[in-house]
Amino acid sequence: MKVFRIIGRSFRDAFKSVFRNFSLSMASILCTTITLLTVAISLVVAYNIQDITNSLEKELTIVVYLEKNATNEDAEFIKSSIEAMDNVEKAVYKSKDEWKNEMSEYDSSYQSLFDSYDENPLLDSFVVYVKDVKSLDTITNNIKALDKIESASYGKDAVNTMLSVFDFIDKVTVVIVISLIFVTAFLITNTIKLTIYSRRNEIEIMRLVGSSNIAIKMPFVIEGFVIGFLGSIIPVIITIYGYIILFEKLNGHVLVELITLISPYNFIFYIALIIMGLGALIGMLGSLLAVRKYLKI
Amino acid sequence: MKFIELKNVNKTYSTGVTALADLSVEIDKGEFVFVIGHTASGKSTFIKMLYREEKPTKGSVIVGGINVAKLRNRKVYKLRRKIGVVFQDFKLLPKLTVYENVAFALECLGTSAKDIRPKVMKAIEIVGLKEKIRSFPHQLSGGEQQRVCIARAIVNEPKLLICDEPTGNLDPETSKDIMKVIDNINKDLKTTVIMATHDKEIVNRMKKRVLLIEHGVLTGDYLKGSYKSHEGV
Ligand SMILES: Nc1ncnc2c1ncn2[C@@H]1O[C@H](COP(=O)(O)OP(=O)(O)OP(=O)(O)O)[C@@H](O)[C@H]1O
Ligand SMILES: [Mg+2]
Repeated sequence: MKVFRIIGRSFRDAFKSVFRNFSLSMASILCTTITLLTVAISLVVAYNIQDITNSLEKELTIVVYLEKNATNEDAEFIKSSIEAMDNVEKAVYKSKDEWKNEMSEYDSSYQSLFDSYDENPLLDSFVVYVKDVKSLDTITNNIKALDKIESASYGKDAVNTMLSVFDFIDKVTVVIVISLIFVTAFLITNTIKLTIYSRRNEIEIMRLVGSSNIAIKMPFVIEGFVIGFLGSIIPVIITIYGYIILFEKLNGHVLVELITLISPYNFIFYIALIIMGLGALIGMLGSLLAVRKYLKI
Repeated sequence: MKFIELKNVNKTYSTGVTALADLSVEIDKGEFVFVIGHTASGKSTFIKMLYREEKPTKGSVIVGGINVAKLRNRKVYKLRRKIGVVFQDFKLLPKLTVYENVAFALECLGTSAKDIRPKVMKAIEIVGLKEKIRSFPHQLSGGEQQRVCIARAIVNEPKLLICDEPTGNLDPETSKDIMKVIDNINKDLKTTVIMATHDKEIVNRMKKRVLLIEHGVLTGDYLKGSYKSHEGV
């Protein structure tokens, strides 16, 4: 019961002091808003990139052609060697006849081309599925090093470019987000410092009459929480509506059919929840720093 | 065990000043004790030992069964809840009324709203400030402000009331009234009172036990009524 009363008082005091130090509180709230908006955008982008990468991983395969004189035993050995490699999902055998049929079906002009040969001019092959697109290059090189391999390849350039762009976006956003979080926490620390200073008489009396340390610190930590929470309102609204509208405008695709966005429902509420929690966390972090540094009790 | 027990207490501040030297004294429940001495003799330091504003460098301080010297910072509040403290400067919150200033002490401790009101009203009545309950500190005289502080100090019904020159800023007439209030608290509520003061007239008139501190040493312990101003300060 006592604890609830003290928490209740702390909330009242926190709101009061947000308004008492209005300009600095506003600066902290705005800074939190900007930070959280950036975090929200980064998260939305990062999750979508992850999603796209996952679907690319399912599409991307390495095609391995065996040398013409490769025997069945060679094929068996190559299959087991490939499947023993790290990050390889499976290697599926595809004979030259299967290729021939498939190509003929795809385009009848191949049919006449094949007819001009006595023998099937194609090669037996493996289609290799990987677990992680980042290891495509390594696996391909390892396969090339095996015996009786004519060639091994995947859609190298397009994938590499996309992956390196994704990687770059990831790194840049991480750096921006971390710096923004620090700046915000610092600003909140200073806001709370001002509150501590403006309430130093009150704190002195509280200590004198026997408030526990927790009861003295609580209002400041809750003030940080309130600042963080107020700062998260606008980002949450913008994130939810922004993403839903964007998704509908784009019909769920970016540029090509292959790249689909994550459907907004649940996903965007999940992001909003993270943003809100992060706002409260940054606020409390900032105020805890201030309390530790400036509230000598 | 006595209510308050100081044994061989030494206090040397970080500046190297020794404010108390080998001081031992015992005080019973319900006593009224003056602490006198020249300026810088160590009166305030003695007082600060009792509510753990300062820790002794050596020796032990026991207040109401609590070993103050060994009390951890985190636990100091437990001691403070048993003690009321009044200073020379009033330390009231300027934006709160008389009632709110007194109630503040209880709110800090998480007392429920329905318990706060009767306790606050009783304390304000004891110090005789019922008519000014809605006034703000700046609307009160010095004596009235000190009454508010006393009300705040006793609102939680402490066993011990500590005063460091409570009349230091007041004229002789007002001081007299304040002393009457403190004396009544001692008599009616059986609250132990320890008061540091410069004011010889008050000490002579009230005929209480007197502790004389000189250069940090307890040089006199005069039992009730036996102190005459010519003997010491
Ligand atoms: N926080 C402190 N740090 C260092 N020295 C201190 C501190 N507080 C007091 N002193 C020194 O300790 C000695 C005793 O001070 P104290 O305040 O106890 O005296 P006092 O008897 O209350 O004096 P007064 O009658 O002027 O109030 C003085 O020499 C003072 O300078
Ligand atoms: Mg003093």
